Amino acid sequence: MMIEKFAAITAEERQAENEHDHTIKVCVAAGCLSSQSNEVLTALKNGLGEHRGCHVKGVGCMGLCSQGPLVAVATKTNATPQTVMYQNVKAEDATEIVQALGKEPVARLALNTDVPFFQRQTKIVLENCGAIDPERIEEYIAAGGYQGLLTTLTESSPSEVIDEIVRSGLRGRGGGGYPTGLKWTTVAKMDGPGKYVICNADEGDPGAFMDRSVLESDPHRVLEGMAIAGYAVGASEGYIYVRGEYPLAVERLKIAIRQANRLGVLGSKVCGTTFDFNVHIRLGAGAFVCGEETALIASIEGKRGTPRPRPPYPAEHGLWGKPTLINNVETFANVPAIIRKGGAWYATIGTAKSKGTKVFALAGSIQNTGLIEVPMGMSLSEIIHEIGGVPIGKCKAVQTGGPSGGCIPAAYFDTPVDYESLKALGSIMGSGGMIIMDESSSMVDVARYFMEFCMSESCGKCVTCRVGTVHMYNLLDKIYQGKAWRRDLNTLEKLCDLVMNTSLCGLGQTAPNPVLSTLRYFRHEYLNKLLDGAEDGRMATAATTQPLEARP
Amino acid sequence: MVSTTRKLEPPSDDKRWNIVVGTMRRNGFARHALIETLHTVQESFGFLDEEALNFVAQSLRVPLSQVYGVSTFYHRFSLKPAGKHTCVACTGTACYIKGAPQLLAAIAEKHNINPNETTADGSLSLLTARCVGSCGLGPVAVVDGAVVGKLTPDDLLARLQEVMDHHDD
Repeated sequence: MMIEKFAAITAEERQAENEHDHTIKVCVAAGCLSSQSNEVLTALKNGLGEHRGCHVKGVGCMGLCSQGPLVAVATKTNATPQTVMYQNVKAEDATEIVQALGKEPVARLALNTDVPFFQRQTKIVLENCGAIDPERIEEYIAAGGYQGLLTTLTESSPSEVIDEIVRSGLRGRGGGGYPTGLKWTTVAKMDGPGKYVICNADEGDPGAFMDRSVLESDPHRVLEGMAIAGYAVGASEGYIYVRGEYPLAVERLKIAIRQANRLGVLGSKVCGTTFDFNVHIRLGAGAFVCGEETALIASIEGKRGTPRPRPPYPAEHGLWGKPTLINNVETFANVPAIIRKGGAWYATIGTAKSKGTKVFALAGSIQNTGLIEVPMGMSLSEIIHEIGGVPIGKCKAVQTGGPSGGCIPAAYFDTPVDYESLKALGSIMGSGGMIIMDESSSMVDVARYFMEFCMSESCGKCVTCRVGTVHMYNLLDKIYQGKAWRRDLNTLEKLCDLVMNTSLCGLGQTAPNPVLSTLRYFRHEYLNKLLDGAEDGRMATAATTQPLEARP
Repeated sequence: MVSTTRKLEPPSDDKRWNIVVGTMRRNGFARHALIETLHTVQESFGFLDEEALNFVAQSLRVPLSQVYGVSTFYHRFSLKPAGKHTCVACTGTACYIKGAPQLLAAIAEKHNINPNETTADGSLSLLTARCVGSCGLGPVAVVDGAVVGKLTPDDLLARLQEVMDHHDD
C-alpha cells in the first residue's frame, strides 16, 4: 500500500535528519551553480572530516540569486532551532563554516535574513525550494509531497477535484489569467479516451526565470500537479515542453520522472489504483512563439512551431486532435498545495479576483535580484522598494510581462499587483518577470529592444506580425537615432493599432504593448528625439519633465 | 500508425550515427520524433549538414522540405559548423539593461565577428541567446558550456582568451 510506503519513507527521512545536529544546505540551482556552488558543496563535504553531527546536501533556489552561492546552516542543538544563511561563499570558506558549527556564525559571510526580502514573502509554490534536495523523491515525500495525489486517487472523484480547483480561484500563471478550474472543466467534459495534459515550461520571456527555478528546485511538485490534473480531466499521458536552454531543469526532471515511476506514483497503476499517467519530456529548440499553446502543440508533433487560429481551442482539439489541457509550470505547482490544504484555504490569500500568490523574478537595476513569492495584491512599491531594496526615487519604471507587457512608471507604484490592475495600466501580469529600470534606461531604447525581439521571433505565418514588426522596429530605430519626424511617430501609432488588432496569435497581438505603454507614460522621451518634436515646431532640446497624460 | 521498420544505413560508419539512430528507434521511427532527432544530431555533430538532413528525412519518412523547414525555424539548430570554442552572449532584457550590447561590441572589435559568425580561423563562434535564465547575474555569457556572470567587456575578453589559449597548448 502506498500510504504505508509514504509513512515509512517519511519516518526514515525524519530519523536520518534527527541523527544530525546541523544540516548545511548549498544552493545548486542554475544561478548559484554558475558562481561555482558545486565546488562549495564538495569542499564542505570534504571539510566535514571527523564532524559526525552534520549533514551536507545540495538544495534548490533560495531566492537571493545575486548574492550566490548561498549556503544555509540549520542547527537544532539550541533550545530553538535556528538557521544561519551565508552569502558569496567560496570553496576556501568551507573550513571556517564547519568550524563555526554550534558556535557563533562566520560574521564575514553571514546574510541578514531579518529583512523584508525574506520576511515579506508567502511561499506556496516555492515552499520546498531551498529546503529539499531536488534529486531525491524521498525528501519531497517527507515534506508532504504526493500525499495530495494519493488522497485524490483514493478518496475523491474527478469532479470533486475540479470543484476544489474552482473553489480555489486559481488562474493561469502563464500570464493570461484564464481561470484554471474552468479550463479543467472544459477538458473533462470532452469525450475520451486519449486526452492529454501538457505542462508549458517554454519560459521564453527574456528576464523571467521562475519556471526554471521551480523545475530545478522542486520538480516533483510539478509532476504531482500534472498527475492530479490528468486524473481530474481523464488523461493518461502528459508532456512537459521545456526550453532547450535549461539543461539542468531537463536533467532534474528526467531524474524525477524516473524516481516517480519506480516508486509507483507515476506510470501505470498510479499508487495501486486503476489510473495510469505517463509523463514525457519534449525539448524546445529556441522559438519564443512556442509558448503560444497551439504553436507548442505543433512543436510537440514535430512540426514548425506556428500557431493556428482559435477556436477550436486545445481543450477540444489539441495534441494530435485530442482534447488537451495545457497549463503553465507555476499553475501545476500550485495544485498539490490546493489539494492538500483545500481550495477554500487558497482563496483566502490574494485579492477578490486574483487568488493566491505569484512568483516574480526580480532583475535589472535592483539590489536584491532573485526569486520571490508574494500574495496577489501587494503593491509594486512594496515589491520594488521594500523587497527589492531599491531606494525610493532611484527607480524610473518597471517592465512586467516581457515582450507582451509594458513599462509602468514609478508614479504608479501604489498599484496592487493583480491581473486586472496591471492590465488597466497597459501592461500585463505575464509569467512574472519584473525588470527594474533606472534613469539611465531610455524608454525608446527599451521599446526598440522588445520590438527587435518580436521581429526576430515572429514565426512569419501572418502578414501583419511578420511585416508590421519590421516596420515598427525600423521606425523605433529611426526615432532612437534622432532621425525621425512627427509623421513617423503617427505612422508608428497607426501600425501599433493595426498589428494589435489583426495578428493571428498572442505574439503579434501584444507586440505593440511595450511601445504603447512607453508612449503612454514617457511620450516626452519620444518627442525629444524627434526632429520636429517640440509643441511649437522648433527643434526640441529642453526635456519635458512631466509625463504627458494617456493618449486619447 | 503502421510503422514499417525499414532500416536505412547511416551515411557513414561514424559512431555518432548510432546515437542518432538510437533516438529514432526509441521513438519508434515516428514522424513526430523529428525535433528530438534533430536535437540529437545537433548535439552529436555540432551542426546539421545536408547528409544528416537527408538521412533523418528518409528514416522518419518526412519530406526533406519539412526537415529543412524545421531545422531553419528553430534557433538551436545550426546548418553551419561551429568554431572550436563558442561564446553565447545572453541578450535577454536583464542582461541587455546591464550591458550585453557592450559585450557584443567588445567581441566584435577584438575578434571581428558579429553574432552567428565564426572567426576566419574557426577558433571562436559568437552566438546569442534569449535569456539563459540567470538574470540575477547579468550580463551573462555561456563560454564553452559554462555560465559566467556579472561580466564586464574586459572580463569576457580575458575569459575567451583563456579558453582559446588553453586549448591551443
